[in-house]
Amino acid sequence: MAENREYVLQMEHISKKYADNQVLKDVSLCIRPGEIHALMGENGAGKSTLMNILFGMPVIHTTGGFEGTIQVDGETVNIDTPLKAMELGIGMVHQEFMLIPGFTVTENIKIGREISHPNLVSRLVGPSMETLDLDAMARDARKALETIGLKIGENAYVRGLPVGYMQFIEIAREIDKRGIRLLVFDEPTAVLTESEADRLLEAMRTIASQGIAIVFITHRLDEVMAVANSLTVLRDGEFVARREVAETSAVEIAELMIGRRVEKLVEAEGEDTRSLSDSDIAVSLRNYYVDMPGEQVKGVDLDIRRGEIFGIGGLAGQGKLGIPNGIMGLYDTAGEVKIAGKTLDLSKLGEALRSKVAFVSEDRRGVGLLLEESIEQNIVFSALEVNNDFTKKIGWMRLYDGKKARAHAQEMVEKLDIRCTGIHQHAGRLSGGNQQKVCLARALTLNPEILFVSEPTRGIDIGAKKLVLEYLTKLNREQGMTVIVVSSELVELRSICDRIAIVSDGKVSGILSPDASDAEFGLAMSGSRKRGKKNG
Amino acid sequence: MDKNKNLHKLTAWIFEQKVVLIFVFLSIGALIASKQSMAFVAGELFTRVARNSFLVLSLIIPVLAGLGLNFGIVVGAMAAQIALFLTTFWGLSGIGGFLVTVALATPLAVFFGFLVGSLFNKIKGAEMIGGLVLGYFADGLYQLLFLFIFGGVIPFRNPDGSPSSLMTPTGVGVKNTLDLTPTVKYALDTVSMLSIVEIAFYIVIAATVLSAVFRLVKKQAVDWKKTGLTILGAAVVYALTFIPAIETFLAADRLMLLRAVEIAVLVTVLWQAGRFVWFALVKKAEFDKKRCLAVILAAGILYALTYVDAIYRVLIAVRLPVMTYLCIGALCLFNQALMRTRLGQNMRTVGQSRVVANAAGIDVDRTRIIAMIFSTVLASWGQLIYLQNIGTLATYGAHTQVGQFAIASLLVGGASVQKATNKQAILGVVLFHTLFIVAPLAGKELFGNAMIGEYFRVFISYGVIAMALAMHAWKKKAPKASLQVVEGGTSPSPKASA
Amino acid sequence: MAENAKKFVARFGLPRVIIVGFFLLLVVCAGAFQMDLLQIFSDCIRRWGMYGILALAMVPAIQCGIGPNFGITMGIVGGLLGGLIVIEYRVTENAALLALGTQLLGEENGPFLAKWAAVLLAILIGVILATGIGWLYGLLLNRVKGSEMTVTTYVGFSIIAFMNIIWTVIPFKSGELIFPNAGQGMRNTISLASSFSEVMNKTLAFRIGPEGHCLTIPTGLLLFFFLVCFLVWLFMRSKTGVAMSAAGANPAFARASGINVNRMRLIGTTLSTVLAAVGILVYAQGFGFMQLYNGPMMMGFTSVAAVLIGGASPNRAAIFHVLLGTFLFQGIMALGLPVANQFIPESNLSEVMRLIISNGIIIYSLTQTQGGGSRG
Repeated sequence: MAENREYVLQMEHISKKYADNQVLKDVSLCIRPGEIHALMGENGAGKSTLMNILFGMPVIHTTGGFEGTIQVDGETVNIDTPLKAMELGIGMVHQEFMLIPGFTVTENIKIGREISHPNLVSRLVGPSMETLDLDAMARDARKALETIGLKIGENAYVRGLPVGYMQFIEIAREIDKRGIRLLVFDEPTAVLTESEADRLLEAMRTIASQGIAIVFITHRLDEVMAVANSLTVLRDGEFVARREVAETSAVEIAELMIGRRVEKLVEAEGEDTRSLSDSDIAVSLRNYYVDMPGEQVKGVDLDIRRGEIFGIGGLAGQGKLGIPNGIMGLYDTAGEVKIAGKTLDLSKLGEALRSKVAFVSEDRRGVGLLLEESIEQNIVFSALEVNNDFTKKIGWMRLYDGKKARAHAQEMVEKLDIRCTGIHQHAGRLSGGNQQKVCLARALTLNPEILFVSEPTRGIDIGAKKLVLEYLTKLNREQGMTVIVVSSELVELRSICDRIAIVSDGKVSGILSPDASDAEFGLAMSGSRKRGKKNG
Repeated sequence: MDKNKNLHKLTAWIFEQKVVLIFVFLSIGALIASKQSMAFVAGELFTRVARNSFLVLSLIIPVLAGLGLNFGIVVGAMAAQIALFLTTFWGLSGIGGFLVTVALATPLAVFFGFLVGSLFNKIKGAEMIGGLVLGYFADGLYQLLFLFIFGGVIPFRNPDGSPSSLMTPTGVGVKNTLDLTPTVKYALDTVSMLSIVEIAFYIVIAATVLSAVFRLVKKQAVDWKKTGLTILGAAVVYALTFIPAIETFLAADRLMLLRAVEIAVLVTVLWQAGRFVWFALVKKAEFDKKRCLAVILAAGILYALTYVDAIYRVLIAVRLPVMTYLCIGALCLFNQALMRTRLGQNMRTVGQSRVVANAAGIDVDRTRIIAMIFSTVLASWGQLIYLQNIGTLATYGAHTQVGQFAIASLLVGGASVQKATNKQAILGVVLFHTLFIVAPLAGKELFGNAMIGEYFRVFISYGVIAMALAMHAWKKKAPKASLQVVEGGTSPSPKASA
Repeated sequence: MAENAKKFVARFGLPRVIIVGFFLLLVVCAGAFQMDLLQIFSDCIRRWGMYGILALAMVPAIQCGIGPNFGITMGIVGGLLGGLIVIEYRVTENAALLALGTQLLGEENGPFLAKWAAVLLAILIGVILATGIGWLYGLLLNRVKGSEMTVTTYVGFSIIAFMNIIWTVIPFKSGELIFPNAGQGMRNTISLASSFSEVMNKTLAFRIGPEGHCLTIPTGLLLFFFLVCFLVWLFMRSKTGVAMSAAGANPAFARASGINVNRMRLIGTTLSTVLAAVGILVYAQGFGFMQLYNGPMMMGFTSVAAVLIGGASPNRAAIFHVLLGTFLFQGIMALGLPVANQFIPESNLSEVMRLIISNGIIIYSLTQTQGGGSRG
């Protein structure tokens, strides 16, 4: 087994099921000491599950464990707790900073691992009363900071430091742990500016040069090309390929990530009699910004034609979700939004609704539903508030018209085939697919001309998925409704949309036809379309 | 440029200290309006500071551990009163009786603190309202205990079988007020300085010997020289007390404020001079000479001020209960030392961010419970100090306002829901109680009605808490709103834990 | 069988099972001591009507999302001021009203008209004041989202403490109101005997059974209580009411439907404060006295406890919860006093019971909603 000595970490034939859902299937990951290895894949490709297995997270072991073997330095190990992973010298730099702003850099680096010496009380009571040795802690912190080449005082408070430094302190904390051999960076550059990201990549090289292996989870192709030695691509929980960076190209990696899928989710029904015109614009965005945390839109120009099904795709966190949320007035926006030629006053809440725009939110349970209320309430609510439907006027008061509402809800339940015990069932008790149908029913009750649907199939089973997508197509074909589908699932966008805009880093990186090649989609999603064109 | 910066700094400081400054002006204003002599107010004030500081200091640990203002200290006060009732019934008196009461109250308070902490772990984020309601709930149980169970279920009778004099004439239920004069009144206040020195001597000897023994058992090197010197030093100090002049001085239990100031000045000067000699001359290390000089100068000015007639008269009129003040000082030191230990650091981490603490492998729930136990035990001791000074136990009323007043004091000193220090606690007690003493008198002088001043100070105590809570919520709101929908989880989180 | 019992307990809620059980136990005890059950039930019903509207004030507050409004004292002081103004200007002694009353209702019932005019005028003034106070209060609560309970509690305490100063200096002249013997400030307890004491209770009241041993039904009081409940019910079914409930249940959802959540909270808070003002006057007329100074301090706690006992949670409440909760809570109080006196004469066991029950239920419901921090 001499060959095994070559790798610091070898995960082989890893498979994992959550109940009946196969999330990882025979995946392997091999990393040599001192190399930077990129782990790539779309959202849901299985990257985080693989890392959860590596770190022995409880979520893996409370759901029946996994199949396959893990070897560290050629020895098979059983990692069943995060502590075990730590003891083996495997560390993680979190995507979200685990730092305390009110503590000094030293205190943050040494959190939970303070150096202390015994005193009289601790001898009587126990080690928790030991006095902290602040000098020794500061010395260790200093050393860790020097290792990664960060020049800040170890006694500075984290509160006052620029965001770019925080990541470095996280790294210093991992470095400071004894015997660190492998460090996982989970999308470390997502929140950094360009210059900060460059510094981080530099630090990664420094760390790797000291013999520590790095797993670099990212979707930014240019960063991978710049810093990684080798890479593994996952797709839909399956191992796709392992490549040496020197022997591949950005285009090849993009193709590997997207992959050709043959399935066609929706069969086009009937004849397409629509006539789409570039001069008949339903939604027009100019220099459009949305301040939605985690999904920021940073300057989008887009024209959506009346009567088309328009797709907006891209990876999570890139800003595609910000576009509809901003139009609906749920987050602060800047720039110009025109609906059917009329400028929308985005400072007024509900302005979009009054302009006949409806929205099905991606956050079904958080934004889309009143979980503790009946299906009936959920369906009629928006129309009641926006259009005064389902009310009767008694004197000066506008009261709820239960009879009308019940009749309409019943109709919707039948039309959309919502499986429930009756329209009085609480929305929270329905399955994901039926909840989505209730959300859709509410949007349709508004009689919209333009319908935004965000992540229409997230978390619902395949049957319901098909039904929802078919229904959207039907609305478009039969009622001429302009439908804008925002989704991370490229397959579903490609199966129903006329055009697909890919959003990367808050901007539209390309508007593609659904028949465009995988490489084009892959490069657009990775935000390096321009370079891709040059190469290809 | 430099001037502007200083000005900016000053305005920032004023803004930060606005609560304190408002109360400083309010206190001074009321003091002037009340037309009371300084000697009277100072005397009252030092008594009240001795009485209340311990309770207020007991609030600091939960604040640092992120539990907010601990309205649950009422429960600690109840533990103290249960213990005190029992020892009063047994007729234990003096410092011995007091110590037995403490020994009895402590396990009770530990148990109560554990319960309160467990409850608070179930209502994370609503600890303050929970603590407040818990106080009322516990008051119900307390009344049930004192009104019906004592005497009704558990008999409290004299040896001859007649109902104890502590009980109501029917024999069921405890009387409204218990007189502590024959038992523990002033038990702690009247411990003489001589006894204190003696006790300190034995403690130092015991600690040194114990420490050496530990090291021997663990087979570690023992610094015999240091051990010997410590014991010798302690012995010398102890021996000094046998000099008749010193002995007579130390035999008293109260210390004239003038003497206290003189001793403080002397110690400060000696300490700074010692530091100067040690660092600047012996070690030749870097040393802030200016600061050292400034402190000595300040001490000198303070001493000079004692010769001002008005101040002198105040200083000779006020006498401090030495032991009580030492206890308060010891608690300050304890709070400080605790934060320098592993446990204290864990508490601070939990207080700043439960998520980070959890990720660092700290048992968040356990740490919070320990913080509550500390606070409850300290509160029970604080209540005993308070009661031994007051001299009567209002059975059904003594505990009800404990949390209210202690928390208001802490906030007046400039503390907030998330940050509190010893200094703020002491400053708060001084300001709050100055207002407490002079407000009714000022009300009488200004409006011809003492009740207005009385109501005003009650309003202040509620108002300052309402304001602190509102300001805390106000500040907390901003970062929370931006975190509601985080898709993909790439939003930077440090703001959230700020 | 055990399975069924468990299901029942789960659906009905453990505390309600305990409290209903306790209520029944007290009834049995009272029966066993051969107490006058009819009289006690009369007392239950009287208290039900008296406290009902104060508890009702929790419904708009909880539904709009500010949670249990411990600060209804804000509205209570408005109501008290209304009552004081009516007494100060002696509305019940207005000759024209008295004459009109005698003409319409006859000699015996003549004063009723003036009394009703007085109480309604007091309510009107109270409502106007409470609207203003409630609006400001709502503005404050919109800035402290997430910590409403602590803030409402202490703002509620503070207003009482502040009004203590006002009661001392307010320049009312009527001998009914100010301390006798040229004292300064208002009395602690103001008798309503000469103004609108028991006006609602006595209107259309009837007795079942012989004098002295009978069930008295305070028809006017109950009708007024139900009328207010009905109005609130209507409001909750209006467009604004539906929007308000949604804003409280899920602010993000409401925003997505174009609803201004802050405005809805403001409306809910104001309505709650207004109901408190009405509630305290209904309570005062039934009690026969108005309590100033620290009297109303803990009213917020009692009212919160009542709806919680009725089955409300800090996030959801309905009028049914008010009706059930107030009846159970006040029923226990009404039964508890005489029963406790049988065990230990002249004790205030029922006061102790009130402390334990009302605060116990609040803590219980806190642990239910905050449990494990799942909801924040």
